[in-house]
Amino acid sequence: MTTAISAEGIRKRYGDVQAVDGVSLTVETGEFYGLLGPNGAGKTTTLEILEGIREPDEGRVELLGMAPWPRNKALLPRIGVQFQASAFFDKLTARETIRTFASFYGVGPKRADAMLERVGLTDSAGILTDKMSGGQAQRLSIACALAHDPELVFLDEPTTGLDPQARRNLWDLLKDINAEGRTVVLTTHYLDEAEILCDRVSVMDHGKVLRTGAPAALVRDLDDTVRVSVESGQLGAEAARELFTAAGAEIANLEDNGVSLSVSTRAPGPILTVLADQGALRGLEVRGATLEDVFLHLTGREYRA
Amino acid sequence: MSTAAPAVEKVEKERASAFLNLSRVMIVAFVRDRMALFFVLLMPLIFLVMFGVLFKGATSPHVKVAQFGPVQVLDDIQGPGRADLDKVLTITKVPDEATGLEKVRKGTLDALIETGPDGQPVLHFSASDQVKAGAVQAVLNSVVQQANQDATHQPAKYTLTTASVEDNSLKPIQFLTPGLLGWAIATGAIFGASLTLVNWRKKRVLRRLRLAPVSVAAVVGSRVAVSLLVALTQTAIFLAVATTPAFGLKLTGNWWLVVPLVLCATLAFMSIGLVTGAFAKTEEAANGINQLIILPMSFLSGSFFPLDNSPGWLQSLSKVFPLHYLVTAAQSVLSRGGGVMDALPAMGGLLAFAAVMTLIALRLFNWDDA
Repeated sequence: MTTAISAEGIRKRYGDVQAVDGVSLTVETGEFYGLLGPNGAGKTTTLEILEGIREPDEGRVELLGMAPWPRNKALLPRIGVQFQASAFFDKLTARETIRTFASFYGVGPKRADAMLERVGLTDSAGILTDKMSGGQAQRLSIACALAHDPELVFLDEPTTGLDPQARRNLWDLLKDINAEGRTVVLTTHYLDEAEILCDRVSVMDHGKVLRTGAPAALVRDLDDTVRVSVESGQLGAEAARELFTAAGAEIANLEDNGVSLSVSTRAPGPILTVLADQGALRGLEVRGATLEDVFLHLTGREYRA
Repeated sequence: MSTAAPAVEKVEKERASAFLNLSRVMIVAFVRDRMALFFVLLMPLIFLVMFGVLFKGATSPHVKVAQFGPVQVLDDIQGPGRADLDKVLTITKVPDEATGLEKVRKGTLDALIETGPDGQPVLHFSASDQVKAGAVQAVLNSVVQQANQDATHQPAKYTLTTASVEDNSLKPIQFLTPGLLGWAIATGAIFGASLTLVNWRKKRVLRRLRLAPVSVAAVVGSRVAVSLLVALTQTAIFLAVATTPAFGLKLTGNWWLVVPLVLCATLAFMSIGLVTGAFAKTEEAANGINQLIILPMSFLSGSFFPLDNSPGWLQSLSKVFPLHYLVTAAQSVLSRGGGVMDALPAMGGLLAFAAVMTLIALRLFNWDDA
């Protein structure tokens, strides 16, 4: 595999704030890569430095083997950037918008219209962009980023503000884009989204990359408890505790709230065996840690506005 | 070397299409924006009609005079002399003095003339409208002088021969056309540049342009081209309307010089818009700042009325505004027979102003709000 993006020790300071504090990362060609972090973690600045919109104070960035800063016209046609919705011209329809953006790359109207069809906007092509729904605007925004067939695509929170149907619909589109061999870099607040889409993610906070890896690997590394729960009334809480302990299970927590009997443990095997032996599997649910737990573990639970 | 040539050609072609597409985008946005169309094209015309009607009334020397009882100097004038008098005076007989004076006081009549106790004519006038007060005194004075002279039965020793010179004083349409046109062009160009800049920055279109292989020349060039096109459209519409018989503007020989003047002025106004657009963070703020500049500039540059009678310091102050140079030079070339030498210094000044303001705008320029 060849490298699509390599960044080494990039730093950026705004006044007193060290927005990016020594970020190094590598994205391989064809990879779907996610950049996660709470608000103010430095994701956006990192992304902007990678895209070549901002100059880092320190460090080195290479995109497709070229430096993105200063503005590099040989590189620009090979990358596509999707902004959070609404970076459109006023008073233009969807079709006029994508044709205009395509023209900047010397791409003709036919291909632009084909891209519109690809994201399912052909029927809405005549709508003014400021009259479009959030999902339509995001699709148009992605279509505009892809009209010139870039090898490397940056997506900044593409599903923010969409309803669940629109999100899933967009995920399919993003998966397809990646499946065609394009390298995709995504920032998102939705960890389920990163877990589903990304080959690898980096969790950032305070301007630093805290952890990088495949979502599943990060979850496994967390070594968190698994929560097993069944419907209440099949097995008493005390009886259950005795049976589980007898079977050799280490119990972190056990409770019955009248709706569910829940057990938290690092080793769910014996517990599941006991429940099966007792015929108490009605409403069985087993929940492992998610990327969200990894995220909260790494960045803390403290609320930041 | 042989491989480089087609690449260059391709870049050139792309730039052309980006330029044309950006121009198209701005024209489409302008035409679809009813408010912009109204303010830039229609409102100046409405002003032209309004001011045209307003000033027509104000400059008419016609005065209305009430006559109470017999007044010999007036009653003696008959025949062709009477017709001449009626051109400047409308004489209404009133039944009693009190009613007549009341009408003068209210301003429905300009003066009342009657015969005094000594048999001499007495004129009562209201001093509130000085133009009319002066006119009515002058007319009746000359009537009395004529009567005196007639009474002596001697031919007049001196007669004044009048000859009109090519209007030194401006007819309303002669200052209204360049003035309101200048105001319209200033509005169009300043708003065009500043709102585009604010809107594109706010909506992150600027950033998108920066991430596309578009040359700065294509972006700036398309905006300039569209603004110049709008300004020329305004000029064409204005001159077409002003030269209709209803308004009666007579163009003089070098009127075409207004075209390069308008183009230079548009660049100067756009540079103001670039500066305000760099300052303002929102369209609303840009609107306010622009009006704050355009309105005083228009008044002080003589867009709405001539500044000939205003104090000297005000006239000096007006010289800092590019609009002043457009209005003055356009007045000169449109209808007062001005030539290239009247237009060239103004054009040079406007371009210099544009250059300085553009440099300031460049220093203030920001790609993003952040």
